[in-house]
Amino acid sequence: MRPNRKTLPRLLTYLALLLGTVAFLGPFLWQIRSSFMALADIFGYPPVWWPKDPQWQNYVDVFNIIPFATYYLNTVLIVLWNIAGSLISNICIAFALARIPFRGRKTLFALSIGTLMLPAAVTMIPTYIEWSWLGGLNSFLPLTVPSFFGNAFFIFLLVQFFRAIPREYDEAAFVDGAGYPQILLKLIVPMAQPAIAVVVIFTFLNTWNDFMGPLLYLNDSKLFTLALGLKSLLSSYNSYWHLLMAGATLVALPLIVVFFFAQKSFIEGLTAGGIKG
Amino acid sequence: MTFRKDSLWGWVFCLPLVLGLSIWVAFPLGVAVVMSLFKWNMISPAQFIGLGNYVFMFFADHLFWQSLSVMALYTVLSVPLQLVLAFGLALLLNTKVRGMGVFRTIFYLPSLIPTVVSTALWLWLFNPQYGFFNLILDAVGLPAVDWLTSPDMVISSLVLMSLWSVGNIVIIFLAGLQGIPKELEEATEVDGGNLWHRLRHVIFPFMSPVIFYNLVMGVIAGLQIFTQPYIMTNGGPANSSLTYVLHLYKQAFQFSKMGYANALALVLLIVTVILSLIVFKSSDKWVYYDGDKK
Repeated sequence: MRPNRKTLPRLLTYLALLLGTVAFLGPFLWQIRSSFMALADIFGYPPVWWPKDPQWQNYVDVFNIIPFATYYLNTVLIVLWNIAGSLISNICIAFALARIPFRGRKTLFALSIGTLMLPAAVTMIPTYIEWSWLGGLNSFLPLTVPSFFGNAFFIFLLVQFFRAIPREYDEAAFVDGAGYPQILLKLIVPMAQPAIAVVVIFTFLNTWNDFMGPLLYLNDSKLFTLALGLKSLLSSYNSYWHLLMAGATLVALPLIVVFFFAQKSFIEGLTAGGIKG
Repeated sequence: MTFRKDSLWGWVFCLPLVLGLSIWVAFPLGVAVVMSLFKWNMISPAQFIGLGNYVFMFFADHLFWQSLSVMALYTVLSVPLQLVLAFGLALLLNTKVRGMGVFRTIFYLPSLIPTVVSTALWLWLFNPQYGFFNLILDAVGLPAVDWLTSPDMVISSLVLMSLWSVGNIVIIFLAGLQGIPKELEEATEVDGGNLWHRLRHVIFPFMSPVIFYNLVMGVIAGLQIFTQPYIMTNGGPANSSLTYVLHLYKQAFQFSKMGYANALALVLLIVTVILSLIVFKSSDKWVYYDGDKK
């Protein structure tokens, strides 16, 4: 009796998982398949479902028809600045909000959390106007400077983590004559490595994926990021699907690599907001 | 440490936040309010027109109403479907079978890749003649579908595409499910409760704060959808996929109507606030927090 009762549900589970896998992986397979096709095969009839002779050349061609290498460099540069800004600002802010008793910190924390609900599209145009007054249009400044002013989601995440570190550590450090800066650098930062890793990973992810920012602020194609470069490839080579899919794969690949090395941080970052939100 | 010193250090460390809230939130909102009262193309001097932009928006700009309804339709369709699908997948991925880690990765991958990449990919999948979907339909003898070229179809296609990237929501649900105390689940099993009973009396109440979080975030994201219609259809055909933010973007950067775009942005803020209040108000009825007895 026993095996029977368990086998059917398990079989159904696998069936559902298999169906899901086809649906979720299918588009990727189509992307890979197309990226290795010859142009003639893409538009052939009857359709060629899988390339017989993979065209690695497509991946080389992408670098020749647009300055893809420059886009990579630009993106990496912007990502690095964002990681630096995000680390410095969010760690300092969260430290104060979580561990320094001072008047106004509850209000500050609430204001910060409130901005999570503020749609980015609302401040998009006035911020653009602001940057035009500051003379920052068509430069990396609008895409990097804001990261030095904290991000509500990261502040929330770090505050939760910092609060969980026992207070006795701070008190012992005070007795030894340490001040707040020493406590932050020597005590909290080393203990909060997992949360800090989440901030790094998600800053990387958000910056790498950002499309709206580069679209608004970068006009000069020498400054384009990968996301914007892929869009311009789409506009100028709109039926060269083999090259477009090769380009798309090249844009997504670094993210997938990072994901496989840092899965744990990803899961932690994603779930931080949902639990006990 | 004296109280004074604490305060000093607190504000020093919070300086980036205080500046950030002023420079990137308060100031832009102020600029939006002021500039929404002007006619301005960023080149010639701004011209004060009072509430002219708002009057135009509500009484003359039919594209405003069109984009508002596209936004509403997309949000109303996509958010519930995303939540239901993600919840189902999370339940599925929470079962104990071999190789679950691999499946979880597979379901998450589509939401990892940049929106531009997934949009380019789906534009190709939706291609009328050589795209994957229509080739499959053709192979099994069904007529082709005008995924993005028919005004009646285009929003459904965008919704379908959004379902592919529910991985983020799945992971959040999954973490919630794993937080359900084992004793609770076992208790219903002992009582002879079937899956529906477990869902109704244990899983839903326990998960309601997580569902609520995903609902709020889903609505806010749905109201702002831009990249997909911008790249795939540019709002077409016949403005049937002109979402609100796309309309706003075009007014600002295609037609240089900066004052008007600011007015549109503020109306979006008001819509968001009203919707959030409704959702929060309703949450008393169905969201259970720890220690709530109901």
